[in-house]
Amino acid sequence: MKLSNISFSLANPHPRQLDGIQKLGLGLAALSLLLLIVALLGISLPSGGLTLAVAMGLLLAGMLIYARRTYLKGPAGIKNNGVWFSTLTNGGLWGWVFGIFITGFYVLLYFFPATLGLGADGAPNTGLVALFGPLSRLLKGQPASQWFMYGVLYTVAILVMGAKFAYKYRHNRYQLIRTGSVVFFQTAFAFLIPELMEGLNSNLAARWFDKDMKNMWPLDYDFFDKWHIDNMLNGGSIGLFMFVLGLLMIFVISPFLTYRYGKRWYCSWVCGCGGLAETAGDPFRQLSDKSLAAWRLERWIIHSVLLLSVVMTIAVVYSYLGVGPGKYYLTRRSFTWIIVGLMVGAGLVLVVLQRRYQRLRRNMVYIMSGLGALIAVVILINHFSGERDILFVKAASLRSFYGFYIGAIFSGVIGVGFYPLFGSRVWCRFGCPMAALLGIQQRLFSRFRITTNGGQCISCGNCSTYCEMGIDVRWYAQRGQDVIRASCVGCGICSAVCPRGVLRLENSSVEIAEPTSFIDFQR
Amino acid sequence: MHIVILGNGVAGITAARFIRKQSSHRITVISAETEHFFSRTALMYVYMGHMRYEDIKPYEDWFWKKNRIDLQRAYVERIDFETKALFTKEGHNIRYDKLLLATGSATNKFGWPGQQLAGVRGLYSYPDLEYMEQHSQGLQRAVIVGGGLIGIEMAEMFCSRRIPVTFLVREQSYWDMVLPPEESAMASRHIREHGVDLRLATELKEIVDDGTGRACAVTTSHGERIECGYVGLTAGVHPNIGFLKNTALETDRGILVDSFLQTNIPDVYAAGDCVQLREPPPGRRAVEAVWYVARMMGETVACNICGRQLAYDPGIWFNSAKFFDIEYQVYGDVRAQLPEHQASLYWEHPEGRKSIRLVYDKSKGHILGFNLMGVRYRQEVCEKWIREQAHIEAVLQNLDLANFDPEFNETCEAEVVALYNRQTGQGLQLMQGRSPEAVGRFLKGLVF
Repeated sequence: MKLSNISFSLANPHPRQLDGIQKLGLGLAALSLLLLIVALLGISLPSGGLTLAVAMGLLLAGMLIYARRTYLKGPAGIKNNGVWFSTLTNGGLWGWVFGIFITGFYVLLYFFPATLGLGADGAPNTGLVALFGPLSRLLKGQPASQWFMYGVLYTVAILVMGAKFAYKYRHNRYQLIRTGSVVFFQTAFAFLIPELMEGLNSNLAARWFDKDMKNMWPLDYDFFDKWHIDNMLNGGSIGLFMFVLGLLMIFVISPFLTYRYGKRWYCSWVCGCGGLAETAGDPFRQLSDKSLAAWRLERWIIHSVLLLSVVMTIAVVYSYLGVGPGKYYLTRRSFTWIIVGLMVGAGLVLVVLQRRYQRLRRNMVYIMSGLGALIAVVILINHFSGERDILFVKAASLRSFYGFYIGAIFSGVIGVGFYPLFGSRVWCRFGCPMAALLGIQQRLFSRFRITTNGGQCISCGNCSTYCEMGIDVRWYAQRGQDVIRASCVGCGICSAVCPRGVLRLENSSVEIAEPTSFIDFQR
Repeated sequence: MHIVILGNGVAGITAARFIRKQSSHRITVISAETEHFFSRTALMYVYMGHMRYEDIKPYEDWFWKKNRIDLQRAYVERIDFETKALFTKEGHNIRYDKLLLATGSATNKFGWPGQQLAGVRGLYSYPDLEYMEQHSQGLQRAVIVGGGLIGIEMAEMFCSRRIPVTFLVREQSYWDMVLPPEESAMASRHIREHGVDLRLATELKEIVDDGTGRACAVTTSHGERIECGYVGLTAGVHPNIGFLKNTALETDRGILVDSFLQTNIPDVYAAGDCVQLREPPPGRRAVEAVWYVARMMGETVACNICGRQLAYDPGIWFNSAKFFDIEYQVYGDVRAQLPEHQASLYWEHPEGRKSIRLVYDKSKGHILGFNLMGVRYRQEVCEKWIREQAHIEAVLQNLDLANFDPEFNETCEAEVVALYNRQTGQGLQLMQGRSPEAVGRFLKGLVF
């Protein structure tokens, strides 16, 4: 037998004889999917919300029944039997089928919403979007949009798969609480509260702004767009609140929480993208690439996206600020100096923290502060030469480039569609500018780390295999070295699957672990 | 200088890595088993579908070339220690200046009738795993013989494929020659909870031939016949030194080495499972087939090969395993039968899947060992207490510091202290909070 066989097994590797209860659960969920497909095809169904309620109810009930039965049948423990034998979870045939299905759905959602039933120019919705109309009217008194439909499906997916995840890890309280948290933040903060607020402020319907309090720049890349700023500033006290909170989140709350708890406070406890990855994406976490080459690629891509989002945002803001006192408190002149100050300040902070903690590679610090300085210099040249387009780029085209390729293609289509091929955190690992920013903070000054327990590591590789971010955790664990990695989202699965109890997530800057090697080579 | 390492398990590979860290000698690692180093303890997870073979390789394939460690796939049949040459089955010879023997273990077979039949095999090597895989197809029942760590792993492997398992254990309770009675009972209960047909106090008498040279059943010491398609032999391992017998190399059960892991022949060293220490450290066995021991020997021997004299000192005994879902950790001196001069505080969770045992000196109160089931304790902390002979009561009051369970997990240290108070009439209080800062202070010696 070849060593490289993906499915090592010769014997029937899927002896998952589903019992009656499991089949019932999957059957109900399949019925729900059938209802959605029927709606998509435009076949008229009983309306008034009944069909939607039945579809969502069937999905919830079916998956709950299935998960309960699957995970409660045997004793609590790690349930990864046969993960690499199933073609759904080993990147095989069903994985591709599922991946193409999801990718296709995202393409329709982003670029061809009419095919999903979105009525053009005030025409009534049909098909799948219309199915969600009754709920939309109930919550906010408006017809559904494709985004409302997507929001409901997204939230239901996190709920259902979150429950499945909780049954799977019922012996691990960290996983239970963390999953409760992502489910809560998605349901309440990303879905219910914003939708209800829309309903309560129907006069603001025309002035839409993002009311998801946890969504912040740069993940929320349109936060500083002119229309968004205008709508917030004209959006009454709620708008002003969201504006101030947005700024506080970026500059105060998020760095502080990252310092205390690591970027996990956001990425695996609060974030919606993370929420979907941790729940619906959990069956695919092992597909992330652990090679050193992938890590190199990751650092280049994610930091490029961060740089792009910073440059884009600066250009966009600059483009709509006036030269003299006007609508905004800021003028181009003051904005220029603020950015220059931010860049220089961030560079100085980097250098000082690096001197103190030596956590980042020196080259990294030079590159980052160099880039910051470059941005500052270019802005100043722009400013004094009277150039209209800051950083010599057309703000509008850069903005639309970013919105299309990063916002839609990368975070949506690839980010979720490719779960069954590259693992559940493709977007978070390679593309998310927020993750990049929090990652730099985590690497630079956070107390968060994963500590290792003495010399107990047996190099088995479960930790690395089940790391959704593709971190080779074993590399650190077998050397008895604490894991401090920019990309670690603190999901805690490495610690859970470790068969020898070697890994623990900690919020502390104390060095506890001793190198596994008991020989001093520095002699 | 050309250093040849025979065996690419954890002992040989650790030695190769640490020789490379200290020198630029030419290093060749020879193995017949696989091309690359893999984690032997993780073989079970490949069968269970938790990982692929490539996932259990701790280093990517480019690592060896980058670190100038030559890997050779060859089967060494004979060594000429006079001319310093190895002769392979393929007809090559390889010269060495220094040789490290890290040939590992082989499965114990105790002369059972039928032990040579097809469908009868141990589980140690990668070929063993392939063999098990090939015989799993359509398998109706497997019988496992020998209640040790490999036996329970094999039981878990078959269970993961829903293949019914009968587990023959000679002892009265699972692994009771190592585990104290309560822990052993817990493990036995848990094995049964997973649907394994556990037969205690039962020995293998004979493996029955189906007429074609394949095993079809076993008979037990109770005279019972159990039909099965596979027999897993897991009654321990012994040093894999068959081809070294009757050579100039001094061997007994294993390759005899001094405390510098040097054999009787100059420039020939040995490390890992194949080793028998001439003078084992106090309280330790001469042959210890354990992953951690092999790793520590690999580091030590690397120093000695590079000309830096370093005696093998494994420190305080520790080991770990996982019995299906229950993790097991041990630090220090915890014996199956409590010796006269020792006392033991044993706490078990009401659900019977977690326990904490502290073993201490009866008269002086010094802590001697920790035995944990389903609870994770920090090795550095436990070792420090044992090394410094901390008093049992001092340990109890600070027991929080040792806990290494994931955040938010239910902690049981207060109940352990309460149990001690009930048993002794003391009024000890647990110092609250196991903050990493407190652990750090403790390890740096800033508290008691």
